[in-house]
Amino acid sequence: MNAHLPVLAVLTPLLSAPLCLMLRRKLAARFFAIAVAWITFAIAISTLQAVMQAGDIRYELGGFAPPLGIELRVDATNALMLLLVSSIAAVVLLFGPGSAGATIAKGREPAFYTLLLLALAGLIGITVTGDAFNVFVFLEVSSLASYTLIGLGNDRHAPMSAFSYLIMGTLGGTFFLLGVGLLYQMTGTLNMADLTVRLQDVHGSRTVVLALALLVVGIGIKLAVFPLHQWLPNAYSHAPSVVSAFLAATSTKVMYYVLVRVLFTLFGAAFVFETLRADYLLMPLSILAMFGGSLAAIYQTNLKRLLAYSSVAQVGYMTLGLSFASVTGVTAGLVHVFNHALMKGGLFLVVGCITAQLGSSDIARMRGLGKRMPLTMAAFVVGGFALIGVPATVGFVSKWYLVQAALEKGMLPVAFLILLSSILAVVYIWRVVEIAYFQEPEAEAKVSEAPLNQLLPTWLLIGSTLFFGLNTDVTVGVAQMAARQLMGVLP
Amino acid sequence: MSDGQLIALSMLWPALAAVAVALLGRAPNLRDGASSVATLLTFGTVVQLVPRVNSGARPSLTLMEVMPGVSLHFEVEPLGMVYALVASGLWIITALYAVGYMRGHHEENQTRFFFFFALAISAALGIAYAGNLFTLFLFYEVLTFSTFPLVTHHGTDAAKRAGRVYLGILVSTSVGFLLLAVLWTYFASGTLDFRPGGILAGKLDGAEVPILLGLYAFGTGKAALMPFHRWLPAAMVAPTPVSALLHAVAVVKAGVFSVLKIVVYVFGLELLQEGQASLWLMYVAAGTILISSVVALTKDNLKARLAYSTISQLAYIVLGAALATGAGVIGGGMHIAMHAVGKITLFFCAGAIYVAAHKTEISTMNGIGRRMPFTMGAFLIGSLSIIGLPPLGGSWSKWYLALGAAEGHNEIFILVLMLSSLLSIGYLMPVVVRAFFYEPEPDAHHGEHAEHAEHGGHDEHGHHAEHGEGMHEAPFLCVAPICAAAVGCVALFFTSQYLHALLLPIAGGQ
Repeated sequence: MNAHLPVLAVLTPLLSAPLCLMLRRKLAARFFAIAVAWITFAIAISTLQAVMQAGDIRYELGGFAPPLGIELRVDATNALMLLLVSSIAAVVLLFGPGSAGATIAKGREPAFYTLLLLALAGLIGITVTGDAFNVFVFLEVSSLASYTLIGLGNDRHAPMSAFSYLIMGTLGGTFFLLGVGLLYQMTGTLNMADLTVRLQDVHGSRTVVLALALLVVGIGIKLAVFPLHQWLPNAYSHAPSVVSAFLAATSTKVMYYVLVRVLFTLFGAAFVFETLRADYLLMPLSILAMFGGSLAAIYQTNLKRLLAYSSVAQVGYMTLGLSFASVTGVTAGLVHVFNHALMKGGLFLVVGCITAQLGSSDIARMRGLGKRMPLTMAAFVVGGFALIGVPATVGFVSKWYLVQAALEKGMLPVAFLILLSSILAVVYIWRVVEIAYFQEPEAEAKVSEAPLNQLLPTWLLIGSTLFFGLNTDVTVGVAQMAARQLMGVLP
Repeated sequence: MSDGQLIALSMLWPALAAVAVALLGRAPNLRDGASSVATLLTFGTVVQLVPRVNSGARPSLTLMEVMPGVSLHFEVEPLGMVYALVASGLWIITALYAVGYMRGHHEENQTRFFFFFALAISAALGIAYAGNLFTLFLFYEVLTFSTFPLVTHHGTDAAKRAGRVYLGILVSTSVGFLLLAVLWTYFASGTLDFRPGGILAGKLDGAEVPILLGLYAFGTGKAALMPFHRWLPAAMVAPTPVSALLHAVAVVKAGVFSVLKIVVYVFGLELLQEGQASLWLMYVAAGTILISSVVALTKDNLKARLAYSTISQLAYIVLGAALATGAGVIGGGMHIAMHAVGKITLFFCAGAIYVAAHKTEISTMNGIGRRMPFTMGAFLIGSLSIIGLPPLGGSWSKWYLALGAAEGHNEIFILVLMLSSLLSIGYLMPVVVRAFFYEPEPDAHHGEHAEHAEHGGHDEHGHHAEHGEGMHEAPFLCVAPICAAAVGCVALFFTSQYLHALLLPIAGGQ
């Protein structure tokens, strides 16, 4: 049974997606999608348990043996990502449409749920597959679904930003495919485990270095690594909040996973960081992202854009962890992927609650929301604390490991820069807090607390930022195990 | 009750009080009653820990392991015991005073105020009991964020600006320096636990010790060491009970307590004595003592003057820590208690003057002692304690601090202490002299309300318009705590040997 878990995790949402469209009724589609997401989540939990107890899971698709057949392969790293993606989907789907100002065009709801399930299937596919070309296929499945999801928004800028995301995303996908093609040319295999072995013989080759460069640029675009992040603020800020929450918490995280796979599994840390010294490029770019993203966030007038720019900065923290090329560094990166997904997903849902009431996510219009929507704004404050990295939230755990990794390498200035940039988060979070709590609400506006079906998923995610801030057994435990595997250090 | 239960309970009472306050928001009498009962319960619980600590036991409680090797762990040692006693003890009278002040002043949002007030005390106790640097840092930040709504209570633009300075300095120093120092310590020594004799001996290069000490000293922004002191005067926009809580008890003492505790239990006195790693900190502390005393002389606003006096007095404790001698740290520990009681008296008085006579500027307080004899009498006693004259508590802590300076052959700092005492006479006594010996100005209580427009909006001038001759004290709930605090200043002089005996183990050796 355990061997079938990974393929079930992909097939459940993939096959349910068209069924969802056939349901046609808004409510039926919604409850069906929720059920599917929670079943997928349950499968992900079983997968993680199986991997932690019995080691890697391998599954030969259709019974064809690799390297010719496609192999699904799940170790600690994938299992963590699988859990992350499916749990976020399960929670985000609970988010109700709200009373006023629905963000999805009328009559499109079944399509919306279908696309969300498709995106989920694609993302899960990327995380479980052990085949490089298969990654590209699932990447396109999830990307095409997410372009459409962004375009579904009621915002009149939505189609345009979906289109520019499509251009950038396709560029990224193409770069990635070129890289995979070169690898195939050099080694004659697409199976990742096989590639790892065969690439070692041709490490000196310029074609292989070019392949690595193409792969990294391709992934970099989709991961929004500074300075390839331009598409992200537009895409996130014009999409419906639920979509922003889902994509921010899953899509970039899965791309981060692909980057980790390519750098550490396919090419190996020794080649990438010791021979090629990729850290000379990755570290400065990460630090620039941390400061550039946060500084840009400070000057935003729209809460969604603010959070999107903050995401750019947070991706910087994640890639910085990789650039240390140490077990602690990779642990920090992976932990932050998980933690950031929780807080950013939660915060975008907060925006969803606010937008449903105000019909806008302009910060200036949030005057007095602290009184009008106390539970929603409390969630924002807690999520903000997590972004800042206040102790007892997940952000602190990430920061802790990141700075430890810097100190291990003897890089005291980098450690200081990490902490300094997190102070910038105080500035952009507190700008919103001041407006929500210190300014009087607009008298005529009829704004009340968000309904339960919005508050519940929001607080599930926000609450988990506190829970995993104090109980790090699962997050740090799995991330550490994954990091050891990736760095080739046996536990 | 077991040790762990006492520790948990004493932090739980204020937290429960916060919940009760939030629930009873619509019934002010019940609400304030509940929080007053909680103050007594908290203090009663804390006191039960004293004999155990005195007998050499170290009550401890581990809640959970947050990260491998990093746990939420509490352990009560003498220094933390003193701080917990001070914080919970003074909370009793501050809570009463706050009721008198907030009602006498018809402040808005009193429920929110008492909620965060109780939360802050819970955080302060968490700091006091912290058994490792992680726990200390956690509650340090909780205290920062839970006091922010108190500083900005009035919600005016001035309050908002002050809140920015408050949060800006406290958060950036704690994240930028303190957290870095904590992580560095963990990296160097592999542990975050507070241990007698320190955990860093032999783990750092000689040149790294002063740098790490600097990160700690400036990182605990709550200790208000110059140049990171600006938040303290800025926070003066808060209602006076907050100023009393912040500037005498919870927040500032959390800062200097952390510095002392880190010096004693992380560095260890011996490590700092070798190679004079803390010499530079002595000079910074001495500079802060003198400069802020001089600045206090120039302030006409009573609360601002008291704020700068606090900065100077806090630097005494940092100086005691930096001296890194037995008598020095004991003197610092005692000064936590002595200054707390003395300064809370003075802040209570400032608040009482504001409630009863709507005066904030010292130059307008001529003859006020005749109308408010109890308040100004207490002000005199508090002042003398801050100056350090017997028979008041403040004299003992100064005595030990001077002894500590002599012990380490840094006699120059005895001179600094004496000079600072003279300066404090210079900025505190004029208030008393004006109050008792100057003739009240003829229009002192009519038609000058416009002067205090900055505090307008919340004043109920009409209520206080009729100031006749004779006594006109603040409400009873304000005056009674003031008298209690003043009595405390005297009592501490005669009971200081108990405090000294309690603190003796931190000097090491004995």
